[in-house]
Amino acid sequence: MVSGGVFFQRESAMPQPSISKSMTSGESGLAALFAVTAFLCLIASAKALDAPFAFHAGLSAAASLAAVFFIVNCYYDRPAALPPAEINGRPNYNMGPIKFSAVMAMVWGIAGFLVGLIIASQLAWPALNFDLPWIQFGRLRPLHTSAVIFAFGGNVLIATSFYVVQKSCRARLVGDLAPWFVVLGYNYFILIAGTGYLLGVTQSKEYAEPEWYADLWLTIVWVTYLLVFLGTIIKRKEPHIFVANWFYLAFIVTIAVLHLGNNPALPVSFFGSKSYIAWGGIQDAMFQWWYGHNAVGFFLTAGFLAIMYYFIPKRAERPIYSYRLSIIHFWALIFLYIWAGPHHLHYTALPDWTQTLGMTFSIMLWMPSWGGMINGLMTLSGAWDKLRTDPVLRMLVVSVAFYGMSTFEGPMMSIKVVNSLSHYTDWTIGHVHSGALGWVGFVSFGALYCMVPWVWNRKGLYSLKLVNWHFWIATLGIVLYISAMWVSGILQGLMWRAYTSLGFLEYSFIETVEAMHPFYVIRAAGGALFLIGALIMAYNLWMTVRTGEQEVQMPVALQPAE
Amino acid sequence: MSFWTRHQVFEKNSIILVVGILLVIAIGGLVEITPLFYLKSTIEVVDGIRPYTPLELAGRNVYVREGCYLCHSQMIRPLRDEVERYGHFSLAAESMFDHPFQWGSKRTGPDLARVGAKYSDDWHVTHMTNPRAIVPQSVMPGYPFLSSTEVDPSTIADHMRTLRAVGVPYTDDQIANAAADMKAQADPDNAGTDAFTKRYAKAVVRNFDGKTGTPTEMDALIAYLQMLGTLVDFKLYNEKANLR
Repeated sequence: MVSGGVFFQRESAMPQPSISKSMTSGESGLAALFAVTAFLCLIASAKALDAPFAFHAGLSAAASLAAVFFIVNCYYDRPAALPPAEINGRPNYNMGPIKFSAVMAMVWGIAGFLVGLIIASQLAWPALNFDLPWIQFGRLRPLHTSAVIFAFGGNVLIATSFYVVQKSCRARLVGDLAPWFVVLGYNYFILIAGTGYLLGVTQSKEYAEPEWYADLWLTIVWVTYLLVFLGTIIKRKEPHIFVANWFYLAFIVTIAVLHLGNNPALPVSFFGSKSYIAWGGIQDAMFQWWYGHNAVGFFLTAGFLAIMYYFIPKRAERPIYSYRLSIIHFWALIFLYIWAGPHHLHYTALPDWTQTLGMTFSIMLWMPSWGGMINGLMTLSGAWDKLRTDPVLRMLVVSVAFYGMSTFEGPMMSIKVVNSLSHYTDWTIGHVHSGALGWVGFVSFGALYCMVPWVWNRKGLYSLKLVNWHFWIATLGIVLYISAMWVSGILQGLMWRAYTSLGFLEYSFIETVEAMHPFYVIRAAGGALFLIGALIMAYNLWMTVRTGEQEVQMPVALQPAE
Repeated sequence: MSFWTRHQVFEKNSIILVVGILLVIAIGGLVEITPLFYLKSTIEVVDGIRPYTPLELAGRNVYVREGCYLCHSQMIRPLRDEVERYGHFSLAAESMFDHPFQWGSKRTGPDLARVGAKYSDDWHVTHMTNPRAIVPQSVMPGYPFLSSTEVDPSTIADHMRTLRAVGVPYTDDQIANAAADMKAQADPDNAGTDAFTKRYAKAVVRNFDGKTGTPTEMDALIAYLQMLGTLVDFKLYNEKANLR
């Protein structure tokens, strides 16, 4: 699939001067490195202490061999000269890795929404766990969160960041193999992490479940990602670095720091999957939520704000509302977000001073969040009428509205008295999903709807009517989902603390579980609608690529007479 | 030169922008996390906390593997209803040897911080095999496969050595006898039970799953659950000395 023509376009526009063809040091070095890796993985597989590790080592050996084959095959297929950075004075953008990541985003998105629907149904009808280890709730839930956050969201971020950085810097991505290494390596990480969960390989740290070897691999991939992104910015033809790129950069850099800070672990054996995390107890809790909340802040917020800052102005054909506001938005957001972690640990054994700091900064965070929302929404000034005719723009704008809603709800829930009710209940789940489905989901859908025709050179989408259907079905799904969780969460919190007139706890725990059932059914229905919307989208994008009309290439700018 | 013009140094120089980002995001983490490693008041001074026995550790690893923390917290907050429902609020000291911590963030099921000694072993076996056999309204998955999977006493010492390297104070004696201790805890007739209980204060020796032979994952998990929250004697706990 990878080497298929869907992703590659031959750059045969120019007659190449005849030079003798040889492998670049990158090609030969990486091929040799993967050959060695394949060998080492084979040994690890043979010496493995547990079956999941043997499976992963074997899979890695196969993947490394495939990588060697891929590199050599590409070498034989390519012309002697590497693709030039510019053709006739215009940047020769590298779209292959973007296409791959965009397709994978859609694939993982549907998989992740489907697993979400399954686990939502398991909570409503526990028989669906089938008493099997591989598909019980505790193993599928991390699969769901990782699939939607890291696989769907991550691929959207990589695809859009590679697109935006090239366009806004007017420069081709640096490296020839490096961008492919990033997209393929990242998706391989997802594969290892996801299959690991099903086989019971997990650190059981929320959103940081992958074990030590997957973490190590991700570190290598992520550093390469940073280098490719930063290298492209350094090569830029524009004096200014565009706002969206600040947010992408903050996202990439901070995620690297968070990943390293939260995951130092000592494996029991280098031939086994199990490791123990270096941090223990209270310090582990603080590191975990410093990481966990900033996975929200930098992965699910800063990265997707970058999407907002590029795609909304582009689609609305209006400039960003206020450049100065975006400067304040940027620095205030990244400074304040990092402090917010302890609000996940209110009233726990974490010292009060840390909890209070976490709460204070979480409340302050409301300001830059809404500053950003205003900047996004007001960009529509003078173009509001487009919301009636362009469902893609409507999706993008509604995503920003959801962003505003959940970034108001978040600071509110971080207030200790509110948190004493909401914590441990479905209210948190509802809050997360108003952000995840409404903000991250919709802004991603909007960006993909914009970008797919652009990178595949299509005049437009296959059907705007289907986008409209997607929008309304998914919106209905979100409303069902979050309102069900609000009711169940607040109900549950109130039932836990209800007392009878004689001063006894009114409800046993299981009575509160029983009361959740109708809301779990409604939630599952909401999730199903969201999934249906995504399937419509996948069909629409598929048809756009398959049958869409080719965009006529703009003629190359006239050359001045010599 | 106005503020906005000065800001151009970030907009025009990618490396300065990266350094700026790193500095700005470092502050919050440093201020909130570093003191937790040296402030003496962070972890209470309590008697009775000990590392997990080999069997409990194996059980905890099952707990971690199956993702139990996704529905069960192990952190009782100092709120009236929680203390009445679950017992004394959780102390930081009670999870100080937990790698990773399992405080959790969702209670689809009840808190387990003090579930130890609340139910019989039999109750747990039946409940784990089919939760709805005991609690008809339960939405918990069944874990019948735990009874048929044996734990591996031969590797548990390696786990304890790894934990020692990250700061859990296992003694040489405890590591040397790990495999024997693991079998002894699940077998009251075992000759090594006396030596085992000397090595681990308050450890309970029982045939947790009711079956003879090598301990199963069911044995291990129940041994772990039955010790949760039982190590600190709150009659002797000095609440005032540990006020923070």
